[in-house]
Amino acid sequence: MSRLGTITRRSFLVGAAAITGGVAFGVWKVRQPIPNPLDPGQGAAMNAYLVIDQDGITVVSGRADMGQGAQSSLAMLVAEELDVDWQEVRVAHGPASAAYYNAAMGESLFPVPDYAMSDWMRSLGGAVGEVGKLLGTQITGGSTSIRDGYEKMRHAGASAREALKLAASARLDVPVARLRTEAGAVVAPDGTRLAYAELAEAAARIEPPQVDPRPRAEWRLIGTEVPRADMPAKVTGTQAYGIDTRLPGMKFATIRMTPRLGGTMRSVDTAPALAVPGVERVIDLGTGVAVIARNTWAAFQGAEALAPDWSEAPYPADQAAIMATIEAAFDDSPNSTMRDDGDEDQPGTEISAEYRLPYLAHAPMEPQNATALWDGDRLTLWSPNQSPLLQERRVAEALGIEREAVTVNTTAMGGGFGRRGEYDFSVLAARVAREMPGTPVQVTWSREEDMTHDFFRPAVIARMRGKVDGGRATLLDGQIAGQGVMGQLLPRYFGFSAMGPDRALVEGLFDQPYAIPRYRIRGYTADLPLPIGPWRSVGSSHNGFVMESFIDELAHEAGRDPLDFRLDLARPESPVAAGVLEAVRAMSDWDAPRAPGTALGVAMVWSFGTPVAQVIELVQEDAGIRIARAWIACDAGIAIDPQNLRAQMEGGLIYGLSAAVHGQITFADGMVEQRNFPDTDGLRMPGAPRIETRILQDNPHIGGVGEPGTPPAAPALANALFALTGTRARELPLDRTFRFIL
Amino acid sequence: MPTTLTINGTDQVIDAPDDTPLLWVLRDELGMTGTKFGCGVGACGACTVHIDGEAMRSCQVALGDVWGEVTTIEGLGNPAAMHAVQAAWLRHQVAQCGYCQSGQIMQAADLLARNPDPTDADIDEAMAGNLCRCGTYNRIRAAIHDAATQMREDAI
Repeated sequence: MSRLGTITRRSFLVGAAAITGGVAFGVWKVRQPIPNPLDPGQGAAMNAYLVIDQDGITVVSGRADMGQGAQSSLAMLVAEELDVDWQEVRVAHGPASAAYYNAAMGESLFPVPDYAMSDWMRSLGGAVGEVGKLLGTQITGGSTSIRDGYEKMRHAGASAREALKLAASARLDVPVARLRTEAGAVVAPDGTRLAYAELAEAAARIEPPQVDPRPRAEWRLIGTEVPRADMPAKVTGTQAYGIDTRLPGMKFATIRMTPRLGGTMRSVDTAPALAVPGVERVIDLGTGVAVIARNTWAAFQGAEALAPDWSEAPYPADQAAIMATIEAAFDDSPNSTMRDDGDEDQPGTEISAEYRLPYLAHAPMEPQNATALWDGDRLTLWSPNQSPLLQERRVAEALGIEREAVTVNTTAMGGGFGRRGEYDFSVLAARVAREMPGTPVQVTWSREEDMTHDFFRPAVIARMRGKVDGGRATLLDGQIAGQGVMGQLLPRYFGFSAMGPDRALVEGLFDQPYAIPRYRIRGYTADLPLPIGPWRSVGSSHNGFVMESFIDELAHEAGRDPLDFRLDLARPESPVAAGVLEAVRAMSDWDAPRAPGTALGVAMVWSFGTPVAQVIELVQEDAGIRIARAWIACDAGIAIDPQNLRAQMEGGLIYGLSAAVHGQITFADGMVEQRNFPDTDGLRMPGAPRIETRILQDNPHIGGVGEPGTPPAAPALANALFALTGTRARELPLDRTFRFIL
Repeated sequence: MPTTLTINGTDQVIDAPDDTPLLWVLRDELGMTGTKFGCGVGACGACTVHIDGEAMRSCQVALGDVWGEVTTIEGLGNPAAMHAVQAAWLRHQVAQCGYCQSGQIMQAADLLARNPDPTDADIDEAMAGNLCRCGTYNRIRAAIHDAATQMREDAI
């Protein structure tokens, strides 16, 4: 940690001057992206991925850490090429910059299932992703960090290594071909060692040679388990999250915004807040108030003391009316038909089922917050966020200043799960700071504000119809209605309206690797202004449940073993998908008889480039149903760090199970009814299963790992519940129907 | 009327209203940010500290009611000299976002101080009040067993 502390995140990020003593290398010039005529030279001035100084190397990824470990994994890619000891490697987020655009975001735009994407589609997807330079897709999300960085970061390491060798060659007058690199130094044939730090300044003036990254067979670091760079700080309470930002003279504030989302505040009497000891000021924000105080608790007390007059909500006021609006979307023509394979005329027995899933909050452990300082000309922001350029742009707009007058410091995050891709917390902090020139102010939301002012996972209703004949599925016809995440997100993030099919509404349904002769999926977007956004695994989070529950229903209708039934469907489409199913079958000893009162359920979902199969074992005990064990098999192609990958898969499973068991956001009188963890909880240790994870590496393409563990969890649980109880769960959360031991 | 608390072995004079929760005294009045705010209602355990060696939710203890010496995550150990529980957390690479882990570690340290060889059921019961949204429970359980073994060996 002492080493990590030599360039602290904050001092590193506050100003470019902090890089003094180090040298930045970039891959911009050495990369040969597919030519993009829209963007001939953008980003040339911002190319820092790598800083070398006396203390080692710092890998600047431009990707945020919200727990998923991407910064360490990206740093491994650089370190592999650079021949440095892992202990010498530090990580940093870097500034808001278009240089850190996320090209992998483009691949997900295709209306084609990931497993079936051809190479030319992937190339084209990458090219589309290059437009991210213009859009400013410096986004940590969509499980894209490694998919975007796999080539980029290895090239950054390789080109820097070769530049360092050239610099050493000039210094020693030894041909570069006779030099090698080892443990942070260039080594000459006579044993002379020149540390990178000695060479970095000269090397940075050299046009970096273009070299291919090392082949997989030569890897020494990638694929091994390394200690995460952030771990010592996180186990000693010394990791500074956004909420831990402390600046001289800083004031503490909170907000209380209209609970009717999108509404306004008609009036407020500020006196009760000002009467609270420690409260110094109340600021009218139009749609709510900010309370400034000597500490956060006093600000909370002040905000709670108020009784603002809120306007009505711009959506139906109660849950039943909201669900009725979603249901009414089926009456319109579909927004999308993303899959329409085969002939409607299929033999077999027909079944149908309707599934309903609620809105969900993200509820990261660190409540929303941001810290801002307005000095009269510039706004400096310390923000735990997944999208620095978006914070910069929207803060500038909110304050009516130039983007160049905004500095975004992206801090570590106590969870994100998609919530921190938004910018509302940054804008509110900036607006409060604007009222207090020269005084830094931290705006921390109460848990209640966080839970009731989210961009929720949309509620959906799915109508599924299918046929089985001779033990096989012959028809799958799915319709899903709900608010389309992309329909809100694209205007909010990028300022353009989303025309055409909303992929997020149907992903996880249309794109599954199942060979079914008639396979059609239609999406129906519901017209509701409730704020929604990406929630860990986005559309696959709800559609995984719908698809894999219904596949299970078809299997039972066909009189087949649910795992066999899936394997028959998967094998012709994708051996990779079949592989993860075979793996969980072996891991869980699926085919062995279970003790009475014990049952298994299986599900497999391909999302974000990675198929994940999960088996869950339930045990009926006197006190209720125990979620006893879980087995996960996944195939993300290359496992950069297997230990971190397993953590993501297990965390994804728990996140999915938490939502399946407890998760819901409902509305009454236009307001969210759940306000804190007792109202919509996550699984706790006693209710969480023992988990075993197996990593396969047969996938020819690199997949994501942060999200794909979530979608199969709910259906695997529901399918196990059916096996145990004979009751088919078609609505979530499950704790309304089943009694669990938690 | 200023209050004096002993925190991590050091006396601290705090001039804040008596009803201010210890959590906010630590975080905002003293700038000790290792103790985390998660829910404010004692439901998540992120704010767990020790008072006279016992794990308590600092968001539920008013400044005026603090009855003993306070130990926070900063006082349990530090990066250069970790407590056995922290060292086990490091070996098992427990943390993902890490935000709840200060509280998890303080709770686990309290458990091991009372029960040097806890069963899985003991661990589950002791840790039930600590929420982790990243889902690190399997590694937490393994790390507690590992820390218990280590502490027993160290004690011999």
